Amino acid sequence: MTQSVTVTIKVNETEYSREVEPRMLLSDFLRHELGLTGTHVGCEHGVCGACTIMFDGESARSCLMFAVQADAHNITTVEGLASDQENLHPLQQSFWEAHGLQCGYCTPGILMTLVPFLKQNPNPTEEEIRHAISGNLCRCTGYQHIVDAVKLAAEKMQVVE
Amino acid sequence: MKPAPFEYHVPDSIEQALALMHEHADDAKILAGGQSLVPAMNFRIMQPSMLIDLNRIAELSYIREDGNVIRVGAMARERHVEFDPSIAKRTPLLHEAAPNIAHPQIRNRGTIGGSIVNADPAAELPVLMLALSARLKAKNKSGERWIDAKDFFAGMFTVALEPDEILVEIELPFAEPRTGWSFMEVAPRSGDYAMMGIAALVTLDKSGKCKSAKLVYLNAGDGPVDAVAAAKMLEGEKLNDKLFESAAVHASEKEITPFGNIHASADFQRHLAKMLTQRALKQATQRAGEV
Repeated sequence: MTQSVTVTIKVNETEYSREVEPRMLLSDFLRHELGLTGTHVGCEHGVCGACTIMFDGESARSCLMFAVQADAHNITTVEGLASDQENLHPLQQSFWEAHGLQCGYCTPGILMTLVPFLKQNPNPTEEEIRHAISGNLCRCTGYQHIVDAVKLAAEKMQVVE
Repeated sequence: MKPAPFEYHVPDSIEQALALMHEHADDAKILAGGQSLVPAMNFRIMQPSMLIDLNRIAELSYIREDGNVIRVGAMARERHVEFDPSIAKRTPLLHEAAPNIAHPQIRNRGTIGGSIVNADPAAELPVLMLALSARLKAKNKSGERWIDAKDFFAGMFTVALEPDEILVEIELPFAEPRTGWSFMEVAPRSGDYAMMGIAALVTLDKSGKCKSAKLVYLNAGDGPVDAVAAAKMLEGEKLNDKLFESAAVHASEKEITPFGNIHASADFQRHLAKMLTQRALKQATQRAGEV
């Protein structure tokens, strides 16, 4: 056991201070320390993408970072997307409508990959979408409905803006 | 799947990091982007007793032009390299190859210096450093030195850094006039480790003959493999498909030493190298005639 350190991390606009061991992964911090279990853990070595979160606005694998590295940084998890239970983020709404998920295990990671992607590419081609989600494994959908959902979301988000 | 305990240090200047490395060279591991180190620690393949995290050292993260070179701080993220306008203009080979480095989420965290020092034979950046004749600046507490890329890679996951040295900067010369480039790889899925890959450069002289060429391969040996003899076959020649084929045959049969893996046998890797070499040389030569 190494010495614990105090970290203060802003997650979904709320600041949390906790004592953690340096070896605690950010993914475990979110799930076990904060109870934010929307961030899923699949492979824990950066291949599956299920644990993807936004680190200072950019998508990143939370299983490939230590919680201490997030000290004084901004994290957004899937829990931070919808304003409330009735009002989903347009991307979530599109996944719902276009059947972009079946079991849902990969969904939080895919959403957190796509939110910054759609910000940078508001009108993506199918090829760009497929490249963007290349780092997220889905074993149910065959990806087609995910691609459809992203196209739908891009349309919705342009109307909103 | 949890890393073994370690002592954690997070210096906020290069001097502090070098002092820590001086004191703990034998136990400490540098944490850069962590996209190779942390998975290895999660598997406990690596159990360093101390990590020195460079992520808070702002002065290690920059990309800027300086005379006729580009200077890249070792902690510049791969994603910044991918989108940097100077790199796109001055070293188009690196710009074109960058999207092949893993996935966007990995490139957001992964650093140019981290991937170079990791020296994975299947990684893109070591190959690109060799192809671009980069120079690498290493520092320790007592000073600094420059190492040419060709002297830097010393085998499987091994580089020519002393235990107390940190890679701090990468110097990339601007592409010469009339230089064409090509980067190609074959991977089972976009972003996965490639079964074979090549970075090619072709520089033409004023008469349109080949002045020099460079052919560097990934996943083709125990480090980035520079096919010097195959490239030499092209020099002084008016390039054509026949020459591309001869160079491709020579490089794929005599110069690379692929090991084979679960995705591709060594023979198939050689076949891929031969095909990719011809295509890459064709594209690079075409581009050299255009720029």
